[in-house]
Amino acid sequence: MHIPEPRGPISSALFELLAGEPGNAGDSLAGLHRLVTTRLAGIQEIIGDDDAQLTLFCLYELHYSGLDGVKDEWEWEPGLIQVRQLLEKPFEAALRAAAKEAMGDVDLPARDGLTSDAVADVLFGLAGRDTGPSVSRYVAKKASLDQLKEFLIHKSVYQLKEADPHTWAIPRLAGRAKAALVEIQADEYGGGRPDRMHSALFARTMRGLGLDDQYGAYVNAVPAVSLASVNLMSLCGLNRRLRGAITGHLAIYEMTSSQPNRFYGNGFRRHGFDAGVTHYFDEHVEADAVHEQIAGRDLAGGLVEAEPALLDDVLFGATAVMAVDAQLSAHLLDSWENGRSSLRAAVAAAA
Amino acid sequence: MNQDQPESSIVVCPDGPLIVRGDFEIVTPSGDPVPRERKTVALCRCGASAIKPYCDGTHKMIKFRTEPPAS
Repeated sequence: MHIPEPRGPISSALFELLAGEPGNAGDSLAGLHRLVTTRLAGIQEIIGDDDAQLTLFCLYELHYSGLDGVKDEWEWEPGLIQVRQLLEKPFEAALRAAAKEAMGDVDLPARDGLTSDAVADVLFGLAGRDTGPSVSRYVAKKASLDQLKEFLIHKSVYQLKEADPHTWAIPRLAGRAKAALVEIQADEYGGGRPDRMHSALFARTMRGLGLDDQYGAYVNAVPAVSLASVNLMSLCGLNRRLRGAITGHLAIYEMTSSQPNRFYGNGFRRHGFDAGVTHYFDEHVEADAVHEQIAGRDLAGGLVEAEPALLDDVLFGATAVMAVDAQLSAHLLDSWENGRSSLRAAVAAAA
Repeated sequence: MNQDQPESSIVVCPDGPLIVRGDFEIVTPSGDPVPRERKTVALCRCGASAIKPYCDGTHKMIKFRTEPPAS
């Protein structure tokens, strides 16, 4: 994707560094390391910090499809990995705190010999209790055409690479959990048909509303929390130690998807859009009713049966996504109900 | 997991749908194929889905239970 506009000193310094050659950037890397250390000390809410989230997003992007004009070798530059870890540490700590709050005082079954169905029960219970503000109902009943476009713009940061962060986990799993993840991902990637890939269906929806469907086209327009929701997935997908968390994340993602997607589709139908535009949402109503069972029982449940110590991380991934999504939902509804754009002010007009 | 899995299987999900996996066809009473987009499907068991025969997750809203309540 194009290198976005910097949002502060860290992202500025990163983009300056990435314009150069990897391998002999020792001094600049050390400078970036010092700068990040200093800046982090002053950041109170890292989940909502534009500079930190954009920097993490771009560091992760080196592991996906890369940044235009940036040498591929930067991906495994040890000094840059260290910078990423500097940012990941407080980000993960903030996520764990938010997740703990989202978890509340849920009743957990006895841990000894927890079955996969019992794990799925806990996850379905968490998903069902998610009583945050409902963006899907707003989209269904009230959203204006411009708000529908904003909704797609926020989602596009992830949905144009839908499923990719969870794919990192495949080689880190084994047996039943691995087979389950591959089965879900094969469906996400269109079962061998490129035009049915969920990312391709989403691109079609964007084009239907006259939006740019190029990956990353709207990164400049979205606030930190939209980037944080994707960074959460990359964090858990790219760190093998968090393999439990990425399965919990996917399970909740699927368990909170079927009904909202029906509402999203209704919102676009209300504005007269045809099945070509709503196919993405209609597809998810059906697909995610399958995936939520497989993700809860065979993926997360199967993993906990095989590695019982990972239960806490499964629950962390599950509640972290609920916490971050609740923040994003609150931002969207607060903006829309007060007649404001939910996009960043500088670029809202251009989008 | 069973070592000798049959070619096809139906997973009976507690309080949820039937997950059908393997080699099978879904047909109308007259034998016409029912449109199907994926290899593994979830069939509605609660009767409330809006996309029958497939599941759309509505069983969770209506608190569908597959076990009789404990007395």
